[in-house]
Amino acid sequence: MPFGFLRAMVEMSSATTLEAGKAQPEKLPKIRPKLGRDDWVMRAFILVIGLYLVITLALPLYAMLSKSFNTYAFDLSRYELQMDKGTGWGKTLSVQTLNEISGKYQAKDLKTSSDGRLSVVSMIEGFSFRSKTQYRLRNAQAGGAFLIGSERKIDTDWHEFTSNEFRRVVLKPVQSTGFDNFVQYFSNPSLFNSIFNSLFIAIVTTFITITLAFTFAYALARSRMRFKGLFKTIAMAPILVPSLLPGIALVYLFGNQGILKDLMGDQSIYGPIGIIAGSVFFTFPHAMIIIQTSLSISDARLYEASDVLGASKPKTFFTVTLPGARYGLISAGFVVFNLVITDFGLPKVIGGQFNVLAVDIYKQVIGQQNFEMGAVVSVVLLIPALLAFSVDRLVQKKQVALLSTRSVPYEPKPNRRFDTIMFSYAALVGAMIVGTLAICQYAALIKFWPYDLSLSLTNYDFDLMDGGGWGSFSNSIKLGFLVAIIGTVVVFLGAYMVEKAQGFSIGRGIFQFLAMLPMAIPGMVLGLAYIFFFNNPANPFNFIYGTLGIMVICTVTHFYTVSHLTALTALKQMDKEFESVSASLKQPVYKLFSRVTVPVCLPAILDISIYLFVNAMTTVSALIFLYSPDTTLASVAMLNMDDAGDIAPAAAMGMMIFYVNSLARLLHHFASKGLYAKTQAWRKR
Amino acid sequence: MKKLLASMGLGAALVMGSGLLAGAGELTVYTAVEAEDLKKYAAKFNEDHPDIIIKWVRDSTGIVTAKLLAEKDNPQADVIWGLAGTSLLLMKSEGMLEAYAPAGVEKLDKKFVDTSTPPSWVGMDAWVAAVCYNTVEAKKAGLTPPTSWKDLLDPQYKGHVIMPNPNSSGTGFLDVSSWLQMFGEKGAWEYMDGLHANIARYTHSGSKPCKLAASGEIPIGISFAFRGAKSKAKGAPLEIIVPSEGVGWEMEATAIVAGTDNLADAKTLVDWSVTKKANEMYNTGYAVVAYPGVAKPVEHFPPNLLEKMIDNDFETAANNRKKILAEWQSRYDGKSEPKK
Repeated sequence: MPFGFLRAMVEMSSATTLEAGKAQPEKLPKIRPKLGRDDWVMRAFILVIGLYLVITLALPLYAMLSKSFNTYAFDLSRYELQMDKGTGWGKTLSVQTLNEISGKYQAKDLKTSSDGRLSVVSMIEGFSFRSKTQYRLRNAQAGGAFLIGSERKIDTDWHEFTSNEFRRVVLKPVQSTGFDNFVQYFSNPSLFNSIFNSLFIAIVTTFITITLAFTFAYALARSRMRFKGLFKTIAMAPILVPSLLPGIALVYLFGNQGILKDLMGDQSIYGPIGIIAGSVFFTFPHAMIIIQTSLSISDARLYEASDVLGASKPKTFFTVTLPGARYGLISAGFVVFNLVITDFGLPKVIGGQFNVLAVDIYKQVIGQQNFEMGAVVSVVLLIPALLAFSVDRLVQKKQVALLSTRSVPYEPKPNRRFDTIMFSYAALVGAMIVGTLAICQYAALIKFWPYDLSLSLTNYDFDLMDGGGWGSFSNSIKLGFLVAIIGTVVVFLGAYMVEKAQGFSIGRGIFQFLAMLPMAIPGMVLGLAYIFFFNNPANPFNFIYGTLGIMVICTVTHFYTVSHLTALTALKQMDKEFESVSASLKQPVYKLFSRVTVPVCLPAILDISIYLFVNAMTTVSALIFLYSPDTTLASVAMLNMDDAGDIAPAAAMGMMIFYVNSLARLLHHFASKGLYAKTQAWRKR
Repeated sequence: MKKLLASMGLGAALVMGSGLLAGAGELTVYTAVEAEDLKKYAAKFNEDHPDIIIKWVRDSTGIVTAKLLAEKDNPQADVIWGLAGTSLLLMKSEGMLEAYAPAGVEKLDKKFVDTSTPPSWVGMDAWVAAVCYNTVEAKKAGLTPPTSWKDLLDPQYKGHVIMPNPNSSGTGFLDVSSWLQMFGEKGAWEYMDGLHANIARYTHSGSKPCKLAASGEIPIGISFAFRGAKSKAKGAPLEIIVPSEGVGWEMEATAIVAGTDNLADAKTLVDWSVTKKANEMYNTGYAVVAYPGVAKPVEHFPPNLLEKMIDNDFETAANNRKKILAEWQSRYDGKSEPKK
């Protein structure tokens, strides 16, 4: 059906000839084009989907990040004290006065966090718990609080204590707003050192991944080596597993009981080496696919010219190949950088003592329940990610089309030596990826590494492990489907409206910004933000808290950016003239959308849905705070099992996720092949 | 388009249909109890109260605590059954717990019951710190088994010891707080300075050091006895060492969440959780339970564990936690490069 979409247009026009015959009321000519009903529909859609992003992204983030300005301090003026040294109650003293007399605490000592506690007796000079002195304490005003041991007192009554009892009385801090948390953060070297560690890891990983991925993509695009399809499939495999899995593989390979431990020499895998090695593994396919795209659109005429002018091979490489791929390289670089700096699964498993920002959030929030400091670290983490992101956007704007209608696609010529080198390289990378996955599968089947190497399926007895058992596995698949279906609809509609709507540039600009934002948000920050925003009883959307729905929404939002970009790319290929033609034929926009746009963009739509499915299966960080008893997930179960030290079952679960994703990918492959044949034949000349 | 709309509608229906609103006869229970024990707990409870369905929210202690605190203004849990006592102390000080004296609470060991009347929480069982010692790996490295905490300072253990980071793990904090109580403030920090020199790395989870020792990643893991016993039962070449100075411990406890809309059922559950039957159930995994005279020796548990438990002052530990963690962090966290 080579001209299917044209036929659809013709059908559409014939179906509505009656309507077209209606007389239009005459109007004075205007300079600005009049907004038709369709334009209003599209604007309404932009508003609805924009509102969706505001509710699922902007507001929760605000709820979370505003916590970073919630400060806690002891307000001593809120408490009053009386003493009885055997002669009746003395005069009422503010605890503030007490502190001034003893000079125990300066203003800066009184700054603390929500779980800070201040002992009252520490401010009483010469206090002895054996003395006969009696004390009584009260809140001078409502809103203060102190603890007798762990019992909270918020009333304004006097409470009496013996000296011995009074030892147990501590004050609770009061909340206010300010920059104190940031001051605290930057005056604590063990906290802010993580910034350098995170940057170090992200930059080194980016450099290594880009080099490896470029060479690999170069081999695919510019050599005549064999098994290209196989190599490409293998290179994409890391995208199908949680980032935790390479960490587990590294433990089995290079840990103290690892089979290749001797290769490590004196170095430990637990630390920067492990984080970088694992990060390179899981970011490789992301970089490879972007670079490959940019390499595959080269113009052969440039190479011919270079050849004719007598340029050497290296010179051609540096003057033609690299400049041609530079935007792809930059883009890949920033994607890798963002992925690494926001990932927390991998450094948690293999990072050892090497602190990075994403793990610091975990320590603050999970280890110490200090949400405020967790929010501060989140803000700090957002800065490099956002910077990287905006630089990337800026650079991309400068990109001009390399392909013109006169371009001739580059066809590599056979070159025995070059092809052999490239084949060996690709085979080596492929072997490393397969090896990493294979070691996990092998370890999952071992009864008790390293003491009982007999094979067994005990590690698959997930129901006996922490994390939700086999039920979590089917939940993950369910989540994957829901995210894929709902996410694709939302993302594609949003992208369509933004791309094809006329005017309304402010609204579209804001929408574009919101759609780009999720890329830079660490999942854990998003997850916590959802608790604070959606579990607020005053929130009208409170009802979705604790449901599968909130997990679907959170996952769609988390992976919005790449899906949105994919949809935009596909839509940009379609000339705006379709809209004009359709409008001139008096066709409503939904007909054009369903009969032309969607069929033409089907490959991209399928790509978005498989991307969302695969990521819903592997994501951990955002959902760890959101799942409920009925909605435990395989990837979270994997994290929990590893956390409890059940590494082999974690590997087993990771590989199960891999198999499901591979199957989904395979189905996707056949589905797109079939659909391609059916709907995309017009692309062929 | 129609199809798209239909699939959207279907999706929305699926999404809305799976709410987590516990109605009458249903309790949402937050817990950190091991997953494999949860089904048993629910089944035993349902033998006596078949009309109440328990919906578990299970995760590690840190995540459950963070979740409960984050949900403070609009609690989702009805009951907390099996969470660290320290976490419950924190929640009590935030006014998040409903004070309630379960029927029969007077039969329990006083150590396990909140001192306020009525109590805000009631303990179930204790998990006790211990050192997991891998005999095979230790032999390879030529180590002699330590018998006390102070032994671990010996240079022969350099790079062979793993313990949980107290900033990420409650078990880690339990260790640090027990050393502070046993060795005094000055002595404890001196001890930890020495120990730090021998530590290979700190983990983010309390059970991991023992699991790592069980799998031979490291010869010595500072963890808790319960974990060690479980790994040993699975065939790990482990010895569970109870250091002679004494060991810290933490309890698992139960409480009703203030503001639950199912108070009657919550009380039924908490009443049941202090019965002899419930305590016998806790005893299958834990050697020390709140109901006196119930505990039978648990397989692979070191016999002298009970007498080595220190007289733990949870309140002081909780009220000084912030200070202790900050001190620990400034001494040992972040500055150290991973050691070989």
